[in-house]
Amino acid sequence: MKAQSALALWPPAASATAVETDHIILGFTVLTLLLTVPVFLAITYFALRYRQGEQADRSTDERRSFLIEISWMLIPYVLTLFFFGWGAKLFIASRHPPPDAMVVEAVGRQWMWKFQHPTGQSEINDLHLPVDQPVRIRITSQDVIHALYLPALRLQIAALPDRTTEIWFKADRTGTYRLYCSEYCGTDHSVMDGNLTLMTQAEYQEWLTHGGAQQSNLAAGRVIYESYGCAGCHDGAVVGVKAPSLVGLYGRPVHLADGRTLTADADYIRAKILNPNENRLAGDGEGEGGGQGGGKGSGKGGYKQVMPSFRGVIPADDLDRLVGYLKAYDRVAEGAPR
Amino acid sequence: MSSAGTLHGDAAARDPHTPLPTLDRPDDYLHAQSTLRSWFLTTDHKRIALLYLASITAFFVIGAVAAGFVRLALVVPDGAIMTNDTYNKAFTIHGVVMVWFFLIPSIPATFGNFLIPLMIGAKDLAFPKLNLTSWYIFMTGALFTLVAVVLGGVDTGWTFYAPLSTAFSNTWVLPALIGVTIVGFSSILTGLNFVVTIHTMRAPGMTWFRLPIFVWTHYATSLIFLLATPVITLALILLIAERAFHVGVFDPAYGGDPVLFQHLFWFYSHPAVYIMVLPGMGVISEIVPAFAQKKLFGYRFVAYAAIGLASVTFFVWGHHMFVNGQSDLASLAFSALSFAVAVPSAVKVYNWTATIHKGSLRLDTPMLYAMGYIGLFVLGGLTGLYLATLAINQHIHATYFVVAHFHYIMVGGTVLAFLGGLHFWWPKITGRMYSEPWGRISALFIFIGFNVTFFPQFILGYLGMPRRYATYPPEFQLLNVLSSAGSTILAAGYLFPMVYLVYSLWFGRRASANPWDAKGLEWETASPPPPHNFAGVPQVPKVPYDYPIQAPETGSHHT
Repeated sequence: MKAQSALALWPPAASATAVETDHIILGFTVLTLLLTVPVFLAITYFALRYRQGEQADRSTDERRSFLIEISWMLIPYVLTLFFFGWGAKLFIASRHPPPDAMVVEAVGRQWMWKFQHPTGQSEINDLHLPVDQPVRIRITSQDVIHALYLPALRLQIAALPDRTTEIWFKADRTGTYRLYCSEYCGTDHSVMDGNLTLMTQAEYQEWLTHGGAQQSNLAAGRVIYESYGCAGCHDGAVVGVKAPSLVGLYGRPVHLADGRTLTADADYIRAKILNPNENRLAGDGEGEGGGQGGGKGSGKGGYKQVMPSFRGVIPADDLDRLVGYLKAYDRVAEGAPR
Repeated sequence: MSSAGTLHGDAAARDPHTPLPTLDRPDDYLHAQSTLRSWFLTTDHKRIALLYLASITAFFVIGAVAAGFVRLALVVPDGAIMTNDTYNKAFTIHGVVMVWFFLIPSIPATFGNFLIPLMIGAKDLAFPKLNLTSWYIFMTGALFTLVAVVLGGVDTGWTFYAPLSTAFSNTWVLPALIGVTIVGFSSILTGLNFVVTIHTMRAPGMTWFRLPIFVWTHYATSLIFLLATPVITLALILLIAERAFHVGVFDPAYGGDPVLFQHLFWFYSHPAVYIMVLPGMGVISEIVPAFAQKKLFGYRFVAYAAIGLASVTFFVWGHHMFVNGQSDLASLAFSALSFAVAVPSAVKVYNWTATIHKGSLRLDTPMLYAMGYIGLFVLGGLTGLYLATLAINQHIHATYFVVAHFHYIMVGGTVLAFLGGLHFWWPKITGRMYSEPWGRISALFIFIGFNVTFFPQFILGYLGMPRRYATYPPEFQLLNVLSSAGSTILAAGYLFPMVYLVYSLWFGRRASANPWDAKGLEWETASPPPPHNFAGVPQVPKVPYDYPIQAPETGSHHT
């Protein structure tokens, strides 16, 4: 998938800002070498030249060394300040988007990214964008602090709960690059990643109109299945909670508590997610009302109805992805977490 | 090494050079009393220093084992060795234990405690009982944190960022937070004790500008203890209140602001870097002149630089939040102020180098550590300026570049200085000489192992590998394997001293009062010193660092 070798020594740069950031760090590295190599060489040389027992001139200069002190105090400092200025200039520029930038909305949650294109399409964890077009990403979080990190653009910005932050960039090189969460956010922090695909304008339009967003829907559905906590109970990961497996559910008959039998089609699954207390299963605990306590199975392999309603919690497009995923969910191993 | 347990009584009893120990018991501070009670209820600053030394060594081992788990997990990119949760707990334990229970108390609580009264010619610290109290407070805090680890661990990272720590983590956050809160009080009391001692207990003639730099840097460190620690204590109490009682301070769900926690956290935790680094600079400023047999170059500048660092460090905390929704103006100001840290840091490094110039050098173990320290501190410091550069920070913030940078400062700085100091003052503390060849070998192992472990992480960071990742893309594997391989060399370097130093307690050569021909009051009393340090009240008629080779005077009269 990636055309990156096992040992890359420099990250790909996909924008003019990224290239300029590289110039700053290269320049700074040259200055660092100029400042440190003489010190290292001097220490090594002095250590050998003036070893105890070596013949050497050890007479000290009687002149005051005030000037020396001031010069090594201030000269390196003034030299580094150049890089403060350069870095600040580039940073400030990257904080002020041009008015014609297209706006992408990004949302972070444990543990997925969701990106919404200006034309309404959305995608999970992956981001497809055009080059040669200023792009402004407005970003927020639904739970803890995350951070969207796009190394090929040399940019990152925190996703804060209840607040919107933003970055902008104008990419100029097509290709597929990494996209990460860079602010530690809990268990699956390192899995909250995806691909940034930069395309030509024409390819981007093609992608938008011809269902490019559909391509990764199964994988996206799995991410949502985990992010909304479905996997925790239905795949048996949470100890003490027992919920029916959803493997192979789609298309099967389900027996309800009131004696009816329904087929688990897309409408049934959708309704059950939004309102779990409707259509009680034959094995559900009776009369207690949902949502109480430990949710241990109530005898005979039955299940206690403890699932909360996801109405108003899960957006419509994510629900579509989730239902789409459950339609195809016939083996636990498929797409399951490591 | 569990020094406290092994030093008392037995050391003399089993010493082949000391016949009939019960009749000929030495009357130094180690042997004057030998009951368990005489150790655990001691008010002798030297014995309390050893209590701390034993405790922080134990915590160093715990933190190092956790680091071993982290490096083991990262040998493979796909997380096949441990689950994400296990990995997250491993790096959290590593960070919490190393920062709060090793690095912060390391040099001040051991060498500071042991040496400050000796260096200024006092019998003890100003408040000996308070000194013992702060060790018990430290151990109480440590107990809470260990309980958190034993019950199942914590997965928030040592930074405890809200709302992950207050609302979302299902691990044992509360006992860990309570432990870290408690341990802060031991820092505050130690700082208070040092400040009062340095102000009021100096021997006749020991003027401020006759104080060794070690005392100056500990004075500066104590000011940070006193001024910064209360802020983290309050912040952690608010965090506890939010997690336990849903008091809304940081979590937006209760009307709080999560960035506020970052401000409070780094207002302490950036100065805390100088709590770790300044005492190390003090150690190096003692070792370098002793092994060059030359007066410290630019004494006053080095002394003022310590105070300068302790001051500037209070105005740079915002450089941790350039990409965390901080205003642009604040980011500009914090970036500019962070560059100012370069000034006092350069003063230190250049003056040490100038001290070596035209000295008469002995490259014994402490000096090898000191030279390693200078190299690693310079690299760590300058890469700190990279991070302070706004545009670069947008790329390498929260990547392995940061991990490499602060390990160069904290391991390269604090740990190397700690080990250098341990070897330098070992004869004074224990009355024994360690094995010099083994000392040099392990210093070499640590220097090489450290660089192989952490230098690749600079590259990983610039390539874009985020920190705190249990799994990572396959293109980063080679550098990660290299880093893990380096950590085994580093581990060997840490293990050697634990063996040969403990061995020397029984079989080491007896140390004279001043085995290094070093200057300073601590070398004028016996090794180990008597319980009350000096036979009489020392008089201090001379300048510090009056080594045979004199450096030119620096400016003090003609500025």
